[in-house]
Amino acid sequence: MSNTLNLTLNIWRQDSPNSAGRFETYKAPGIPEDASFLEMLDLVNEALIAEGKVPIEFPHDCREGICGTCGVMINGRAHGPERGTATCQLHMRKFSDGDTIDVEPWRAAAFPVIRDLVVDRSPLDAIIEAGGYISAPTGTAQDANDTPIPKEVADSAMDAAACIGCGACVAACPNSAAQLFTAAKVWHLNSLPQGQPERYRRAQNMVETMELFFGSCTNHGECSEACPKEISQDFIAYLNRDHMKAKIFNRKLASQR
Amino acid sequence: MLPDAKLPTGPMAEKWDNHKFDMKLVNPANKRRFKIIVVGSGLAGSSAAATFGELGYQVEVFTFHDSPRRAHSIAAQGGINAAKNYRNDGDSVYRLFYDTVKGGDYRAREANVYRLAQVSVNIIDQMAAQGVPFAREYGGLLDNRSFGGAQVSRTFYARGQTGQQLLLGAYQQMMRQVHLGKVKLHTKKEMLDVVVKDGEACGIVTRDLVTGQVEAHSGHAVVLATGGYGNVFYLSTNAMACNVTAAWRAHRKGAFFANPCYTQIHPTCIPASDEFQSKLTLMSESLRNDGRIWVPRNPDETRPADQIPEADRYYFLEEKYPAFGNLVPRDVASRNAKMVVDQGLGVGPLKNGVYLDFVDAINRDSAEVIEEKYGNLLQMYERITGEDPYKTPMRIYPATHYTMGGLWVDYNLMTTIPGLYAAGEANFSDHGANRLGASALMQGLADGYFVLPYTIGDYLAPRLQKKLVDTSDEVFTTAVAGVQDQTARFMSIGGTRSPDHFHRELGKLVWDYIGMARNATGLEKAISEIKALKDEFWADLRVLGTADSLNSSLEKAGRIADFFELAELMARDALDRRESCGGHFREESQTEDNEALRDDENFAHVSAWEWNGTDQPQTKHAEQLVFEEVHLTQRSYK
Repeated sequence: MSNTLNLTLNIWRQDSPNSAGRFETYKAPGIPEDASFLEMLDLVNEALIAEGKVPIEFPHDCREGICGTCGVMINGRAHGPERGTATCQLHMRKFSDGDTIDVEPWRAAAFPVIRDLVVDRSPLDAIIEAGGYISAPTGTAQDANDTPIPKEVADSAMDAAACIGCGACVAACPNSAAQLFTAAKVWHLNSLPQGQPERYRRAQNMVETMELFFGSCTNHGECSEACPKEISQDFIAYLNRDHMKAKIFNRKLASQR
Repeated sequence: MLPDAKLPTGPMAEKWDNHKFDMKLVNPANKRRFKIIVVGSGLAGSSAAATFGELGYQVEVFTFHDSPRRAHSIAAQGGINAAKNYRNDGDSVYRLFYDTVKGGDYRAREANVYRLAQVSVNIIDQMAAQGVPFAREYGGLLDNRSFGGAQVSRTFYARGQTGQQLLLGAYQQMMRQVHLGKVKLHTKKEMLDVVVKDGEACGIVTRDLVTGQVEAHSGHAVVLATGGYGNVFYLSTNAMACNVTAAWRAHRKGAFFANPCYTQIHPTCIPASDEFQSKLTLMSESLRNDGRIWVPRNPDETRPADQIPEADRYYFLEEKYPAFGNLVPRDVASRNAKMVVDQGLGVGPLKNGVYLDFVDAINRDSAEVIEEKYGNLLQMYERITGEDPYKTPMRIYPATHYTMGGLWVDYNLMTTIPGLYAAGEANFSDHGANRLGASALMQGLADGYFVLPYTIGDYLAPRLQKKLVDTSDEVFTTAVAGVQDQTARFMSIGGTRSPDHFHRELGKLVWDYIGMARNATGLEKAISEIKALKDEFWADLRVLGTADSLNSSLEKAGRIADFFELAELMARDALDRRESCGGHFREESQTEDNEALRDDENFAHVSAWEWNGTDQPQTKHAEQLVFEEVHLTQRSYK
C-alpha cells in the first residue's frame, strides 16, 4: 500500500455548452501516491456517485499517453506540472499532502465546453482534412524500399509525427493558436520524399483552414512547453517557411491557369 | 446452420488470386449508388472507409470517439509483420503463413492466414507511400526487428509507436476522402444496434453521446470494425472505452460469435499495484529482443536485483526453451510467468511480477542504443512505477491484451447476417487460439485495405436495384425504440452501486476463472457467479445525471450489460473446449512438462455460437478446420 494524500480540488462544472459554468470544491482524502491523476478523478467520482451526486465528466481513454483524448488544465497548466507528460501519465506522487488543485477544461474559443472538463476539438480534424495526408490510393504503392529516406530525415519526420492531437498546445497558447499542431503534421509530411508533390498546396490549405478557427502565433513558445510529446517549436519555423513559399508558388500556378 | 465459409478451391498459393477473379464487380459508375456504413475508425475501419471512398462508394463512418484518430489501434507499440525478406534471413509468404498457423496453435483457417501473409507485403508498401515514418537504417532502407514466435526479423516499426503511426496514416487517408466528400464522418456516436430486414443487414442505430439523440442510419452494407472484448476482464491493456457492444448487439441480431474463450494474456505488462488501478500498461513485446526475463531461484530472496549473482537467477524461458528463449510466443511466455509466480518466486512488493532485465543488453550495446530502440517505453515505465529501468530491472506480469475470438466470418469477412461484415480484432478469423506479436496491425490493415474492398463488391453487385431501407420502416423504428427503452431502464433502476463497481467485480470473476488457466469446476462456478452478479447489476445499478447529455456512467452501463452476457458465453465456450490450445489453457489437458495439450481429434474446429434469446444458452455450431498445408504437431519452441 502506497502513501496517501489528502487533497482539495476546485473543479470546473458545466452542464452543457450553453449553460454557465462554475468551480466546485471537493475534498479528496486518502488518494494513493501511485494513482494517476485520472485514477484520482475516478476515486472522486466513485465517492460522488455514492453520495448520489452527478460524477464529473472528464476526457480520457487509453491512459497510456498516446490516444490524445485526455487533457485538463491543472493549476493553470495544460496537462499539469510534469514536463512531457499527458494528464493520464501524471501520477499523484508529483503532488503533496494538503495541496489544493485547480482543474479546468482546455481554454480556447475554438474548443467549446461540452460538459464539465470535456471540450470539442473537432477543428483539429478539420485542419487534417484540409491537407494533412499524402494522396496515395490503395494499390498504387511501389516497393517500400524503392525510395530510400535518410535516417535523419525519417527521424525528424517521426519527431513531428509523434503529435497525439490532444490540443494542449492550443490550450497553453495565450492566443489559442494551433501552430504547433499544424506545423507538426506539415513537417512530418513535407519533409518526406513522398510528401513533395503536395508540399505547398498542403501548407497553404492547412494554414488557411487553421486560421478559420484559431488565433495567430506570436512565438510565445508555451505550446512546446505544454506538449506531452515535447514537439519542438522549430517546426513552426519550417511551417512558416513552407507557407510563405506556398503563397508565392501557388500564386504563380494560379496565373498560369 | 453455420453457412459455408466460402473457402476457395485450388492450391493454397492461388486461392486468393482465383477468388479475386471469381468475385463479381460493381462498375465504377454504379459504386456511387451504394452506401456502406463503417462502424469504428481504428486500423481496419479507417483503412476500409478510405479505400471504399477511393473506389467510389458512399461511405458513412461512425465512431464514439471525438476524433477517429483516438481509436485504440493507436496504442500498439511494437510493430507490424510483413514477409518482405529484406533481411535475407529466409523469410517468405509461406513462412509467415506457417508461423502464424503454428503460433495460433492450429486453430485458424489456413486459407485466411495465407491471404494475410500474401497481402502483408502490400501493406508495408502502402503505408510507406502514405508517409508513415518507419524506422530506417543509415542507408535509408527500412529497419526490422524480431518478435515472438518467429526465427526471422520481419517486423517493421516506428519507434515504440507503430500503431500510432499506422493509424494516423489510415486516418489521414480517410480524412482525404472526407475532404473529397466520399466519406461522411460521424463522431461521438455509439452504435447500439444492427438493423436487419428480410435477412440482410440494412443499417444501424446510434446514440449521440453529446445530445443523447437515438438515430437510425440506413446502408446497403455494414462493416463492424469495432475491436476486441478484452475489457471484459476490467483490468486490461485496452483503452477504457473499448467494449464488445457493437459485436454483441450484432450477435443478438443473429451473427454467430466464434471462439470467445480465445483471449490473449500478454506477457509483458506492468504488474497491478492496487485496487484503484484502472488499467494495465503494456510494455511492448519487442523488449524481449534485448531484455532477459528471470526470477530469483530462492523464494525468500531479499537482495536487490542487481546484487543477485547469475547462479541464483532463474532465466526460466531461456532454460526451458533454448531455441526461442525469451522470444517464445505470448501464451507460452505468459503461462511460464504465472507458473513461477505461483511457485512463490515472484518479485516486487506484491510478489506478482518477474524481472525483465536490460543490463546485459546495455553492457553489450550501450545505454544509447537501448534508448534509441526503446526509449519511450522505458520512460513510460519510469513514469508509472517511479523506478529507473536502466538501473533496476523492470517488473512485468501478464495482462489481458487481445481477443482472438470474435464475430464468425466467412472468407469474405461476412458474418452470418448477409451484408454485415466484421474486420480487424472484431472478427475471429486469422489468429487461431493465439496471436503472434505484430500481427494485429497486419490483420487490421489487411482486412481494411486489401480484403473488404474486393469482397464487399461481390455482395453488392447483384443488389444494384436494391433501394436503401427507409429509416421510417418498422425495422428501424423498432430498433430505435429498443435502444431508447434500454436507456430508460438504466436511468430508472435507481440502485446504490456504480457501473465501475460491477465492472470491477465482473472482471475479477473472469480473471480468476476464465484467465490464464481454466478448469471445469472453476468454469461452472464462473457461470453461476456471473449470473448472480448480473442479477445484482440489473437490480442495484446507479446511473445519475440525464440521458440527454454527455453521461459516461450511462455509456458504461450499456457496455457492462453486454460484457455480462459475453462473460457467460466465454465460460461456456471454455467449458465446452475440453482441450488446451494457445491462450486457452485447460488444466485437465496438459503435457508432462505443463505445455498446452491439444485434442485434434475432437476439437480441430471453430466453435460458432448462435444467440437464442436473453437468458437462453446459445447453440454451438462447429466449423471443422481442414489443414492442407500445415502438419499438426505438438507446438515446441525448445
